[in-house]
Amino acid sequence: MTPIKIAFLPLTDCAILAAAKELGIAEKHGIALDLVRDLSWATIRDRLVYRQVQCAHLLAPLAIAVQLGLSQHKAALAAPFSLSLNGNAITFSRQLAAGLAGKPSERIDQPGATVKNLSDALRRLQRKPVLAVVHRFSSHALMLRYWLAYAGIDPDEDVQLRVLPPPLMTGALASGEIDGFSAGEPWNSSAVDAGAGEIVALGCRIWESGLEKVLAMRDDWATANPEVVDRLLLTLDEAATWCDLPENRQKLARLLSSDSYLATPAERIERALFGKIRLTPAGDTMKVDNFLLLHRRAANFPWRSQALWIYSQFLRWGFLEHSPEAERMASGVFRSDLYRRALAGGPTPLPSASLKLEGSLSSERGVSSDKGTLSLGPDRFFDGRVFDPAKIGEYLTQIAS
Amino acid sequence: MVEEGLLEAGFRDIVRIAAHGAFVAELERQSPDVVIFDLGSPSRDTLEEVLAVSRALARPIAMFVDTSDEQMIGAAIEAGVSAYVVDGLKKERVKPVLDLAIRRFNAFAAVQKELEEAKSALAERRIIDRAKLYLMSTRKLTEANAYALLRGTAMRQGRRIADIAQALLTAAELLESNPEDEA
Repeated sequence: MTPIKIAFLPLTDCAILAAAKELGIAEKHGIALDLVRDLSWATIRDRLVYRQVQCAHLLAPLAIAVQLGLSQHKAALAAPFSLSLNGNAITFSRQLAAGLAGKPSERIDQPGATVKNLSDALRRLQRKPVLAVVHRFSSHALMLRYWLAYAGIDPDEDVQLRVLPPPLMTGALASGEIDGFSAGEPWNSSAVDAGAGEIVALGCRIWESGLEKVLAMRDDWATANPEVVDRLLLTLDEAATWCDLPENRQKLARLLSSDSYLATPAERIERALFGKIRLTPAGDTMKVDNFLLLHRRAANFPWRSQALWIYSQFLRWGFLEHSPEAERMASGVFRSDLYRRALAGGPTPLPSASLKLEGSLSSERGVSSDKGTLSLGPDRFFDGRVFDPAKIGEYLTQIAS
Repeated sequence: MVEEGLLEAGFRDIVRIAAHGAFVAELERQSPDVVIFDLGSPSRDTLEEVLAVSRALARPIAMFVDTSDEQMIGAAIEAGVSAYVVDGLKKERVKPVLDLAIRRFNAFAAVQKELEEAKSALAERRIIDRAKLYLMSTRKLTEANAYALLRGTAMRQGRRIADIAQALLTAAELLESNPEDEA
């Protein structure tokens, strides 16, 4: 048995790790998996960087930020497996949501119209609303910024962005300390159930294929332990396949609801797993496709183009200056080579490319893979823009205009 | 615990702030040289964001005392403590602060554990005492014989005496309860 310690945050998208351990999949592959529950991304990052754990459940942008030296100690990381696509939402206080037009489900269906509505509501509000995100380098923050900017709302000037840990969001919303937040599940549902807020936008409707969490490890550890990395990825692939099947989802929700993971009622967790989202305390509920992707449509494949999209957003918001070296380092965190090496010959089809246009597929489509056709998409951004990883400069000019 | 230790070591200017609500504003007012933070607190992400953008705390801040000293950082993470240090403060001055914080955190954790162990030991002894009393009154045994009976049963079943005592008390309660009450 090879002992591996993985740090994680109690979120619905730690599902694959939990399943790998609890269903005995890790054990079958000779891995004694020790999952270390933490409460802040800073602590998970430190555990990983300072060798207290071998791997971490990490925000994809944070993995890139650590590699680039933007978040405390700089360290070379490798992210060979993506743990989830989508799964986030934006929740507003009932007061702020009341300023938006449309029925709750219409707001979700029309993210562009909703944020333009918000822009009008902000003018009436006559103060800067406080919007919380879980981390500066989180997919939530990048998604919220992307959405706000569409309506001409400058996320650094027109609103006050704050970082708040997810478990404190509901309380802060109820007390009026914040006006809204963007977080993963089950925290939006938790705010709705507490009567503190309404879900006004879903990550999967802002970007239909938004990368969320990755499995990150130190590059030196990955290099020194190739055989262990392969077994770990085989384990996660098998666990992800299990998690993906609708008939397993109820069991998955029960497993995640226990005190060692989310300590949240299974019913609340099921909403994200079945894409049945309760939007308001009044009970408006909506069925959405692709709310959280754990395996199908190459969800686990670490696309370098997605790393580059994150890099492009870092440039857009002034987190760093462009340099060819920084671009190379950012895309280099995502190790499609390790994914391919570990899963070659397995049942999961491997895409033949490591980069793709992001946002170009309006529906599910077959692309070439090593085992016949692999389904990708839909992956559109709500504003219809397409990101070409070979033309980052052009993309940024377009998006700024 | 950390505070006491720092006071003893001659650091006088210590302010304790609870890490929720408006703690960031308070932190800015205090404008500290070193921030010692509990790694188990979810508010660490909030603190780091403030350190990154705040005007009052706008000087560059390094996490931990010396990021090249991995052993020490390991010890700090293990103990559950992190320190944020205002750049420019001499490392030699800060290292003992963190050293001390780590020692105190560890000592605190150890004391907690002992307390819990002591508490559960006490609770178990009470259960065993009650089981002995029950046997003494129902089977007319002496205290020593009652205990010997519990111990012998525990040994035969490969279980702990406290577990046997608890099982006995539960059974006794069931037998004595009036079925009518449950209806």
